[in-house]
Amino acid sequence: MTEHEPHDRLYVLDRADLQQLFDALQARGYAIIAPQIENNVIIYGAVERVEELPVGWTDVQEGGTYRLARRGDAAIFGYTVGPHSWKRFLSPPLRMLWRARKTADGFEFVDDNAPPPRYAFIGVRACELAAIQRLDDIYTRGAVVDDDYQARRHAAFIVAVNCGKAGATCFCASLDTGPGVGPGYDLALTELLEGAHRFVVAVGSERGAEVLAALPHRVASEGEIKLAAAVVAQAASQMGRTLETTGLQELLYRNVEHPHWDAVAERCLTCGNCTLVCPTCFCFTIEDTTDLTGQMAERWRRTDSCFSTAFSFISSGSIRTSAKARYRQWLTHKLAGWQDQFGSIGCVGCGRCITWCPVGIDLTAEVAALRAEDVGQPPAEPILEMA
Amino acid sequence: MTAKHKPRLAVWKFASCDGCQLSLLDCENELLAVTGQVEIAYFLEASRAVLEGPYDVSLVEGSITTAGDAERIREIRDASKFLIAIGACATAGGIQALRNFADVREFTTAVYAHPEYIDTLKRSSPIAEHVFVDFELRGCPINKYQLVEVINAYLHGRRPNIPTYSVCMECKLRGAPCVMVSAGIACLGPVTQAGCQALCPAYGRGCFGCYGPMETPNTAALTAWWREQLGMEPETIRRALRTYNAGSEAFRKESEVYEHAHD
Repeated sequence: MTEHEPHDRLYVLDRADLQQLFDALQARGYAIIAPQIENNVIIYGAVERVEELPVGWTDVQEGGTYRLARRGDAAIFGYTVGPHSWKRFLSPPLRMLWRARKTADGFEFVDDNAPPPRYAFIGVRACELAAIQRLDDIYTRGAVVDDDYQARRHAAFIVAVNCGKAGATCFCASLDTGPGVGPGYDLALTELLEGAHRFVVAVGSERGAEVLAALPHRVASEGEIKLAAAVVAQAASQMGRTLETTGLQELLYRNVEHPHWDAVAERCLTCGNCTLVCPTCFCFTIEDTTDLTGQMAERWRRTDSCFSTAFSFISSGSIRTSAKARYRQWLTHKLAGWQDQFGSIGCVGCGRCITWCPVGIDLTAEVAALRAEDVGQPPAEPILEMA
Repeated sequence: MTAKHKPRLAVWKFASCDGCQLSLLDCENELLAVTGQVEIAYFLEASRAVLEGPYDVSLVEGSITTAGDAERIREIRDASKFLIAIGACATAGGIQALRNFADVREFTTAVYAHPEYIDTLKRSSPIAEHVFVDFELRGCPINKYQLVEVINAYLHGRRPNIPTYSVCMECKLRGAPCVMVSAGIACLGPVTQAGCQALCPAYGRGCFGCYGPMETPNTAALTAWWREQLGMEPETIRRALRTYNAGSEAFRKESEVYEHAHD
């Protein structure tokens, strides 16, 4: 049954009809979340109209700096990624898990679970789609499924966008997570600025096909398909950073005592910004609260960071008190331990941790420094034999 | 009076502006709930009715700046089961700790017509330098929700949810753009303890450090970046570190690095 256009073909949506995509999604009950400019930064938030997106803007990024600039055209997706990521909507930073009321002989739960929000994410980049899949691994494919995440994820409609430019802190090509989007989208757009302003559209799901069917569209020509491929190739050629992944896990495991960790620690502020902007950092903590009368209790889930001392607090105190221990933990988990845990590298090469580190610490440079002087000392084994 | 003993709360003032104890009155919606759970035994800003000690909980605002203060805080400690220092004055010496970097006699001579009447200590010091403090609540002024949380936690025998990590954590959680990265504005957020919900950065201003140093402040790395990347003068850096929490060890030490850096 092919009620809609088949998935294996590419289509074209004219720029003038893009609003109809927004309208179709809203008509289907989705709240649209898309890039927009706030305080001179491109963030993600609710929009209703295409004009609310950063039309004609781009971003200029480097370690510790981010500035917006005019492109000189009317591109709608002519920038890379900002400080927000979609995890903000799939796994909100602060969420009440339950509340309970004291009763005569114990307590009772108050059931106030609302249905999950139905979001349509517009402009999801290849690295971000890969990041969402990392979150899927963590929250839905382990021994325990996070029901709230899963419900939000299932409800979400993803309009991905192929990158037409890469930033100075981008390195998705090193991790094979971009700049062309992989599977997992409902619709994927490639913005063509040469000639008529239009989008080449790929369909990734039945849901995507159904929405596309409601819009004015046509089958893409050979020329348009080539132009779309050239757009992605251009972004691939512009990667500002690289991360050598060959033997990465072993490199990190073998260099736990590398002196370079001390050099990073001198610069690291342990402020936690890298983990908060990272689209895959998923750690959270649980906070219990009471009301003043002690009649109501609430349990909250709050985003946490391995850069706080409380993160590693156990009965006798924090076990990672130094900046060295915390930075090493973060980087080694992200690039090495993650592979043991979830079967992939936890980094998707978006470069956010580099741009948004207030002092420009660069994960790709730190790994390169370890590699340049690979001391190869494995961690000391505890000596068990008694003399 | 019910059979259940309501904890007796006292609020004390030392060298300070009253802003922190005002935070308790500012609780509005929560204030009645607080007074429902504790007996206000001593709180001159709210009531002239004074009950004798001992007190279950004492909230202490202000820093120690006179010999009389140093004596009075010991008496308060003796009369209090649980003592909470509130605000930058009580936890770091406050803005008045700027005297610690200079000769206080020069100030009194410049300010007062009869400086001989002024009997003051050379340094402004936090409460914990004089007596044992059970909990320090930071801020200039303190955050009223954090104050209620501390009282609430005390009442129910649980640990207060008062994070000691950076302002950046709150800044990012509320989704505010980093002013340092996006606008090159010097911000103390990365070395300052959370608690204000990143109020200033959320409005495009750099953090002023009202909540004092965070748990592991790397002030040297931050100020090196200010100097090298933002082009800040040593004098400006020193001034940024010397405000409400000038007396805190981390901010004081770093400010001293920039004391004569231009010489």
